Amino acid sequence: MHMADALISPLVGGVMWSLSAGILGYSIKKVQKELNHNKVPLMAVMGAFVFAAQMINFAIPLTGSSGHIGGGILLAILLGPYAGFLTMASVLMIQALFFADGGLLALGCNLFNLGFFTCFIAYPLVYEALVSKRFSQKGILIASLLTSIIGLQLGSLGVVLETFLSGKTELPLGSFLLLMQPIHLAIGIIEGLVTAAILSYIYTERRELLERKSPSGIIKGISLRKVLLILMVAALVLGGILSSFASEKPDGLEWAIFHTSGKEELGSPQGIHEVFSNLQEKTAVLPEYDFKTTSEAPSRIINRGTSLAGVGGGLLTLLLISLFGYLLYVYKQRKKNI
Amino acid sequence: MPKMKESFFEIRILDELALKETIIHNLHPLSKLLVTVMYLVAVISYDKYEIDKLLPFISYPLFIFILGEIPPAPLGKRMLISMVFVAGLGMFNPFLDKTIKIMVGDIPITGGWLSFLSLIIKSGLTILAGLLLVATTGVDRLALGLRSLRVPSILIFQLVMVFRYITVFLEEIDKTYHAYMLRAPGQTGIHFRAWGPLGGQILLRTFRRGEKIYEAMLLRGFGGEYHPGRLKRPVFKDLLYLLGWAILFGVFRFGNIPAWLSTMGMGVIR
Repeated sequence: MHMADALISPLVGGVMWSLSAGILGYSIKKVQKELNHNKVPLMAVMGAFVFAAQMINFAIPLTGSSGHIGGGILLAILLGPYAGFLTMASVLMIQALFFADGGLLALGCNLFNLGFFTCFIAYPLVYEALVSKRFSQKGILIASLLTSIIGLQLGSLGVVLETFLSGKTELPLGSFLLLMQPIHLAIGIIEGLVTAAILSYIYTERRELLERKSPSGIIKGISLRKVLLILMVAALVLGGILSSFASEKPDGLEWAIFHTSGKEELGSPQGIHEVFSNLQEKTAVLPEYDFKTTSEAPSRIINRGTSLAGVGGGLLTLLLISLFGYLLYVYKQRKKNI
Repeated sequence: MPKMKESFFEIRILDELALKETIIHNLHPLSKLLVTVMYLVAVISYDKYEIDKLLPFISYPLFIFILGEIPPAPLGKRMLISMVFVAGLGMFNPFLDKTIKIMVGDIPITGGWLSFLSLIIKSGLTILAGLLLVATTGVDRLALGLRSLRVPSILIFQLVMVFRYITVFLEEIDKTYHAYMLRAPGQTGIHFRAWGPLGGQILLRTFRRGEKIYEAMLLRGFGGEYHPGRLKRPVFKDLLYLLGWAILFGVFRFGNIPAWLSTMGMGVIR
């Protein structure tokens, strides 16, 4: 469910980064204030455990196939939502950096989809609500199952919406949802059952690990709800400002020219520029990135001239880059041999 | 278990590559981090049909591969594996967007194919940029770079600690899993009756290890603060590297190099 950089637009990536960074900042403050020193290495080993546990295959009865756990729910349950979110952030950063599993710009999206929904929505609203009064094997099973399903459904919904809003794929929203939600329902059920089995074992062996009271959502009178509200408003304002730039001025260069010269395009060149411009006009087969035309042709949707010039330009660029690479390689080899 | 061993080796490869002493490796981590972020933003900012304008950006990974002496095979392999999800989503584009956008000779190219290709190129470039950053910097120096950006020390501590313990846990869990699978021939994974006891025991061992690490840290004077060490100040070459790429990315992004080359090239031919 990790999103890659190529799937998001800078606008969506920026908004999600700001949201996740805000929640992360809040979680860090909370952890620093409330957590004992001894939890710090525990968080680290739990992060490493989740990373490695994602590679264990659990056989799914009657299907002949197997699945694995994501671990977000386990982190929230065993470490609490704030430490869980912080640990999830470090795991996702390592996955992005070392395994290219999710991009660096998409880290905000991934942290929100895999960390926020599990630690701050599914865990407190479902798991805590179901098991807060009394721990039992049955209660753990139901709570784990529902928490995993809801966390994963919200996470995959986040992936769908963020990809759709970025406009990088042609998949209609409805079809994308139909593709993602059912498969994540199945994954959620498996994750919930495996989590329940592990927690039930922990419950029988070391009950105190599950029965600790989860920290409250307040730092010096600032509630998480308030922080989230501020972040949402900030994200909307940021999104609004950036999107208005994107729609009105699609080309940054044109925007810069407009603001420095007051015109959308610079005027006709004069002096030496005019001489070279005329020379280029005379020699170029594809002036203005198009074939020369002698008569006013009706405008067409497909412009063969532009297409051919684009392909030719692209090939020339690749050729130039290859030459640059080759020269750099030769230089490097020579320097090594000296 | 091949998946765990593969992950273990991938981490080792990147970690070892980061120990090299090349002109790229010796640059300030902050400078490399900022260049990578600029590169990623520039690459993903293109419209879904703009392929030709993306091509000049290939020069950046090429530059790092050669001057950083990074072997392309391991990073290329990881790039291809990571592109599967993006390619899976993008493969719907040619079926859903059939408007003809360009003609190459007499062959019509639809918008769907263009956006699919653009997605693949963007995906490849962004993945490589991230991997090259780690392969030329390493997690410890990257952590120092993040610290100089005022990233909270507890997050950096987590990042470094999780990274160091991943290899330990991969090895340990691999042994446990391997021992189980040798006693369960023909099974696709852990039987559902063993989900709790096996997963639970690994988790309890994780907790015990966490306690032992904490005790060891206390014996070495740990007081709750993480001190990642000091990083040398950026020098002229670091600023030059940052500014150089910033200008180049600006030219790539706001100019149109393929169009310029095409205009000049066709002029020469004529």
